[in-house]
This record gives sequence, C-alpha cells and structure tokens, in this order.
Amino acid sequence: MDSSNPCTTLQKDMRKYLLDLTVNSNERLNGNYILMKFTSEERLPDMLPGQFAEIRVDGSTTTFLRRPISIHFVDRATNELWFLIQLVGDGTRKLAELKKGDKLNVMLPLGNGFSMPTSAQEELLLVGGGVGTAPLLMLGAVLRNLGYAPTFLLGARSKKDLLQLDAFETYGQTFVTTEDATFGEKGFVTNHTILQQKKFDKIYTCGPTPMMKAVAAYAAKNGIDCEVSLENKMACGLGACLCCVTETQEGHKCVCSDGPVFNIKDLKWQI
Amino acid sequence: MADLTTNIGKLVMKNPVMTASGTFGYGEEFADFIDLSRLGGIIVKGTTLKRREGNPYPRMAETPSGMINAVGLQNKGVDYFVEHIYPRIKDTDTNILVNVSGSTIDDYVATAECINALDKIPAIELNISCPNVKEGGMAFGTSCTSAANVVAAVRKAYDKTLIVKLSPNVTNIAEIAKAVEDAGADSVSLINTLMGMAIDAEKRKPLISTITGGLSGACVKPIALRMVWQVAKAVKIPVVGLGGIMNATDAIEFFLAGASAIEIGTANFIDPTVTIKVIDGINDYLERHGFKSIRDIVGALETA
Ligand SMILES: Cc1cc2nc3c(=O)[nH]c(=O)nc-3n(C[C@H](O)[C@H](O)[C@H](O)COP(=O)(O)OP(=O)(O)OC[C@H]3O[C@@H](n4cnc5c(N)ncnc54)[C@H](O)[C@@H]3O)c2cc1C
Ligand SMILES: Cc1cc2nc3c(=O)[nH]c(=O)nc-3n(C[C@H](O)[C@H](O)[C@H](O)COP(=O)(O)O)c2cc1C
Ligand code: FES
Repeated sequence: MDSSNPCTTLQKDMRKYLLDLTVNSNERLNGNYILMKFTSEERLPDMLPGQFAEIRVDGSTTTFLRRPISIHFVDRATNELWFLIQLVGDGTRKLAELKKGDKLNVMLPLGNGFSMPTSAQEELLLVGGGVGTAPLLMLGAVLRNLGYAPTFLLGARSKKDLLQLDAFETYGQTFVTTEDATFGEKGFVTNHTILQQKKFDKIYTCGPTPMMKAVAAYAAKNGIDCEVSLENKMACGLGACLCCVTETQEGHKCVCSDGPVFNIKDLKWQI
Repeated sequence: MADLTTNIGKLVMKNPVMTASGTFGYGEEFADFIDLSRLGGIIVKGTTLKRREGNPYPRMAETPSGMINAVGLQNKGVDYFVEHIYPRIKDTDTNILVNVSGSTIDDYVATAECINALDKIPAIELNISCPNVKEGGMAFGTSCTSAANVVAAVRKAYDKTLIVKLSPNVTNIAEIAKAVEDAGADSVSLINTLMGMAIDAEKRKPLISTITGGLSGACVKPIALRMVWQVAKAVKIPVVGLGGIMNATDAIEFFLAGASAIEIGTANFIDPTVTIKVIDGINDYLERHGFKSIRDIVGALETA
C-alpha cells in the first residue's frame, strides 16, 4: 500500500469532481460489512483524510438521494480508492451486489478533513467505533507519512465488528475493546487502559455519537485537543440545502461543508 | 439550435431553465460541476429581513422517490446578503433572482425594497408558500385575501419583475393565482413543497424535528403538473412550473401543461449537472419535433 499523500497542508475548498469509478474488488468482511476498491483510468483526484464522497445508488424508489461514505483509503500505487461500508439498508445492500468492472457514480472529495497536528502535538490517538473507523485508516497513513507514530484505539460490539485490523497495524500501534470481551479489553474505548498509561496531545475520533461524546468528555476533562467527525443525514453534500446542520458556537453549521470534522470546542455538546 | 429565449415580465432569459430556491445555494456550490452561465437563472435561498437560524436537526428525511425537508428558512438576513453575498455572485453571467420570505407584510416589503436597490437582481420570487415556518410563510399563500394583500404591498415597493411562488397546500390553487395576478404579480411559480410527514416505526418517533415538513422530488410531479395546468388556464401572466423535474422529458411535460419556464430543485442533489442536461434535452426535443422556439410548445397539450 502506498499512501504517499500530498496533504502536508490542509487545502480548503478543494475542487470537487463527479466521476464514474470502476469496481476493482468488492469483498465481504465479517458478514455485514464490505470493503470496496475502485479505480479510474485517470489519476484519482487529491483527497484528504476525513473527507467523504456522495455515492449514487441507482434503480429503486428507496434510494432516491446519494449516500455519503467516508474516504477509507487512497492507494496511489494502484490508483485505488477504498470504501469501508456497513450494510444497514437498501442503498448499502445494493452496493454489496456490485461486481468487478461495474461502474459507480461518485461526487468527491467533499467536506473538510481532519486538521494536521500543530508542532507541539506529538502523541496522537485515533479512536474509532464500528464502521466509524473508516476515515481513520487514511488519517493514520497520512500521519505516519508525516513522521508521526499514531496510536489507534478501536472499539466494537464484538469481534465480528472489528474491521481492517491488519491494515491499521501497518500504520501504528493498535488497541482494541469489545463490549462482549471477544477480543482486546472488555468494555468501551474510554475504559481502555492505554488511556491511563500514555498521555496524548491530540485525539481524532469517528464512530457512534455516544462513543464520540464519551471520547470528547475524556479529552475535555484532560485538556486534550480533540476533533470529531459527524455523520448527519445529508441531501446535497455540497452546503446548498442546509439539511445537515449541527449546533455550533456560531449557530447552525453544515456538517457536509463546514465539517464533517469539527473541533469539540466549536460544538455545543453537553460533555 | 432552437430558440430557447424566454421572457417573464421584464426578465429576459437565455433559456427557460432556472434553479429552485433552497436547493442550489447561491450557485457557487455547483460551480465545479457546471458552467453557471448556461443557466436561464439562479433563484437563491429564501431571504428574510432578519437572520434566521432555521429549525433544529433533523431537518430531512428521504421518502419514496422524494424527500421531506424542514430547513425553516435558515439565512443570514437581507443585509448580510446585500453586503457579503451579492458582491460575490452579482457578476455571474446569468439572472440571479432572490427568493423573498417574511412573517409579516412589513417584513416582505422591507426585504423587497432592499433587493430593489440591487442593479444585478432583475427579479424576485415572493415566497408566500413556505410550509416550514410557524408564522407567515404559507399562511399568506393559503387564502386569496392575504395573498393579494402581501402581493399588492410588495408591488408598490418593487418595480422589477415580481414572481409569486404559490403553495400547493390549498384546495383551489387557480383562485389564489388569479388573486395574485389581480394584485399586480408579473408571474406565478408553482409548486412549493407539499406538506408531508415521515415516521420511524421502530422508534415510534417522527423523522424530522418539526414532525411535518415539505415534500419534494420526483414523487410530487403529477400533482405539480396538474396544478400548472389548472393555473395556466386561469391566468394571463406567465407561469413558472416546478416540482419533481428530474430530466428533460419532465420539463417538456411542464411546458405542454402551460409553463413558460421551469425550475429544477431536488434533482440537483442527485445529479449536480442535471440543469445542463435538461437545457440540452429541451433543445433536442424541439429539433426532433421540428419546433423553432420553446414558445411553440407552451400550453401545446392536445386534449381533444
Ligand atoms: C459524512 C458521512 C460519512 C459516512 N461514512 C460512512 C462510511 O465510511 N461507511 C459506512 O458504512 N457508512 C458511512 N456513513 C453512513 C452512511 O451514509 C449510511 O449508513 C447510509 O447512507 C445508509 O444507506 P442505506 O440506503 O443502506 O440505508 P437507509 O435505508 O438509508 O437507512 C438504514 C438505516 O441506517 C440509518 N442511517 C441512514 N443514514 C445514516 C447516516 N448518515 N448516519 C447514521 N445512520 C444512518 C437510518 O436511520 C436507518 O436506520 C457516513 C455518513 C456520513 C454523513
Ligand atoms: C432543502 C430544500 C429547501 C428549500 N428552500 C426553499 C426556500 O428557501 N424558498 C422557497 O421558496 N422554496 C424552497 N424550497 C422548495 C423548492 O424551491 C421547490 O419549490 C420544491 O422543492 C419543489 O421542486 P423540486 O421537486 O424540483 O425540488 C426548498 C426545497 C428543498 C428540498
Ligand atoms: S447536505 Fe445539503 S447542506 Fe449539507
């Protein structure tokens, strides 16, 4: 895997593209998840960790709107874009049926990604829950490329909900919790002993809202800089319809265009 | 090339395809995907006198072939528009129209006056049909008297092209259209969203914070077509048709039913290049059927 990514500085307002990508592989993981790899004849556009794509799933009345999916990884060596997807409804289940060679229309890259650490921030913790771990692989790869040694802390309900562990391990030390103790430490990510053993300067997190709130509360209590990636319901993905807002210190902001990544100090979370 | 030029009152358009308010931002959001100067017009987000935060999240639910929204006219107010947004977008080579909303007649008038002073805004669309605000909005558009009162007041304060956007949430839309015409509107546009509702059965909860919201998208087209047909027969002023237009064929159906121009809304979310495809598709249709001008098919439905 070659993740050499040009993003040492965070570009705002990157050009967006509408592309027909070709499925290279579509692999079932642990029953209810898929790892999709897409390619294109042209070089894939630049994308930043934390940005997402809006995918068009055609052909039924229940998948009228596009589906937002995080950029899981971009492999520049093979010109491949990866998505990690949980099958929850009609749209994602249709994606699971796609075969090598099929085309998929995507709009990308959307939103603003995670911000890079400041010079004072050395120890970085990337906390993911369930399929929310998706954007953290690309983030970890980019951080690793910049010379950091990121730590991953991944939580899941059970062993079968842990995804891409091998891939994460190539970019940093990886710790795991499961709620049913089938793998790693038992409990939630915020119970993991690594949090007592090591002091972190910055935390990035993506996953179910209750998990992100618990992580944000831990970060706030310990004075650690923390960014979360939100998954609000979206219609346009472009900042045009104002459907996807979250409450911030400056009023309603669009998760699709002002986020999906927010610093917790800008949100109005009761933590 | 067939002649696609279209006039609505004093408004001159290179083609009859505009974008619907609230679905296309200020146009800039789509500039990576299409050449904005190819559009007949861009109708920007509903603008009110004062800043509005809009309704709480969640504001959107997908429904079969459509969606329900309850954005609630979130915008930064007309002064912010004039100072910050207008300078950014005014030189776009297309017509920029402002969708004007309010809670009282005075609000509508004051907002329209501010917009009247802007050189590069040739027309407004008066929104008397928003289902997502507690006061005003749709209340003005559901009775002939209140619709006529607000239109007459704005007419006095606004001297460029005045398009009035009608609500489909009424028993007799043709009557409202006539009242609005008599009060001095240059044109009517229809339809705004239909009041709808979506429920999460598992959680026994509404899917949007306001419980009810506005339905749009492909699913509303048959209702919108019927209303355009009824209104076009009832009034002499030009009708702008919208509601569920997803492609060029849908657009042609609106012209046949009597619309002189059309707007595209929700379809922009699914294909950000849809407007250009519709413009090209209208031209293809006219050429294929041997019509020289878009005007040749307005109201050309053969019913006998
Ligand atoms: C910025 C962003 C990035 C995302 N990245 C990923 C990703 O990398 N991998 C992934 O598997 N999913 C991701 N999601 C969530 C994904 O968009 C939804 O799971 C998907 O749209 C569901 O489509 P569906 O047609 O299968 O299900 P639907 O039939 O639409 O819904 C099925 C169930 O999923 C729930 N659901 C639908 N949309 C969302 C949402 N946005 N967030 C949470 N729950 C939802 C519904 O409430 C319903 O209970 C992301 C969402 C956002 C906003
Ligand atoms: C998210 C969203 C926001 C909207 N905001 C406005 C608005 O501010 N003012 C207005 O007059 N109509 C607004 N509308 C209504 C549309 O302009 C249009 O009348 C309606 O969606 C029907 O057309 P469509 O089916 O092509 O979308 C909005 C619609 C949507 C979906
Ligand atoms: S989804 Fe339309 S503004 Fe975010």
